[in-house]
Amino acid sequence: MSAILIAELPALPLHTAGKYVAGAFIVLFALVLVYVAIMALRLSRLERELGELLALSEQQEAAGGDQLEQRESTLAYPIEAHPPLREAGK
Amino acid sequence: MYGKGLRALSISTVVAMTTALALVFFYAPLEAEQGFLQKIFYVHVPLAIVSLCGFVLGGLLAIQHLRTRDPRWDMRSYVAIHMSLIFALATLITGSIWAKGSWGHWWVWNEPTLVSYLIIFLLYATYQPLRFAIEDPERQSRYASVFAITAGAFVPMNFIAVRLSTAYLHPRVLGSTSNLPGPMALTFLVSLAAVALLYATLCKYELTAKHTRAQVRALRRRLSGETARPRGGRSAAPAAPPVKVAPAGRTAP
Repeated sequence: MSAILIAELPALPLHTAGKYVAGAFIVLFALVLVYVAIMALRLSRLERELGELLALSEQQEAAGGDQLEQRESTLAYPIEAHPPLREAGK
Repeated sequence: MYGKGLRALSISTVVAMTTALALVFFYAPLEAEQGFLQKIFYVHVPLAIVSLCGFVLGGLLAIQHLRTRDPRWDMRSYVAIHMSLIFALATLITGSIWAKGSWGHWWVWNEPTLVSYLIIFLLYATYQPLRFAIEDPERQSRYASVFAITAGAFVPMNFIAVRLSTAYLHPRVLGSTSNLPGPMALTFLVSLAAVALLYATLCKYELTAKHTRAQVRALRRRLSGETARPRGGRSAAPAAPPVKVAPAGRTAP
């Protein structure tokens, strides 16, 4: 299919000027590619940072849960019946 | 915020670039004098026009920054100039390739368009060092805006001055598309639109990336319990505007 398409396309005079034209268009594509590569690096860094933040928030949640359990164990009645702590536990 | 419409813009850019390339190589006729070498015209000239317009746009955004003192305008101005500088570099490289193929030299110093464009490029090349030299973010953004406005006004003046000069050695394009045959004019306009879309897309990507990074930093500060924004190291990039992080549903006891 591609061979038929190429055969049907007009012949491009690439003998002398071809390398210059190719060079000019390659410059444009190279710049775009470099930019995409930079964006990929930034994205991977962002992904790593978000992973760290997620771990940090999970740690904080776990620490908050432990503290709540400790407080609950010292109470004379269950936390469900204790309005201020119940709200803090939400 | 900045990511809105980014997907549609990216798809439009890809479609426009593909169409432009197809028109350049399979539709536009060969020019009588320069032959196949003239195809560089469809990438070099749109890059030059878009980069110059981007420099002017950077100046206009800087005016808005000085009027409102909103750091978001400074960020936009910075990104517009930053991207224009990259496009200007591409313009110089493609222009040199064309000069080599057409005149046999990579660069000629007696051609006013080339030299004036180089002056503009070098002028804007000082923009980043200027920002980097000023540590205080507020002063940095203010001085950078003044620079962007002054340099932005210089761009059209320089363009007119070159037009008024007597040497008309450089091929003229802007204002003379009516002299081009129909298929060539159409190809040129599609290429111009494609490069302009590419510029807009890359600017939007850059702004979205910077805004997302600022949001992540704000989230990190919030989770680590910091209240004040820490002063980072010296940077040429503008300080990201303050980002509001939505309050969490549950606070740690």
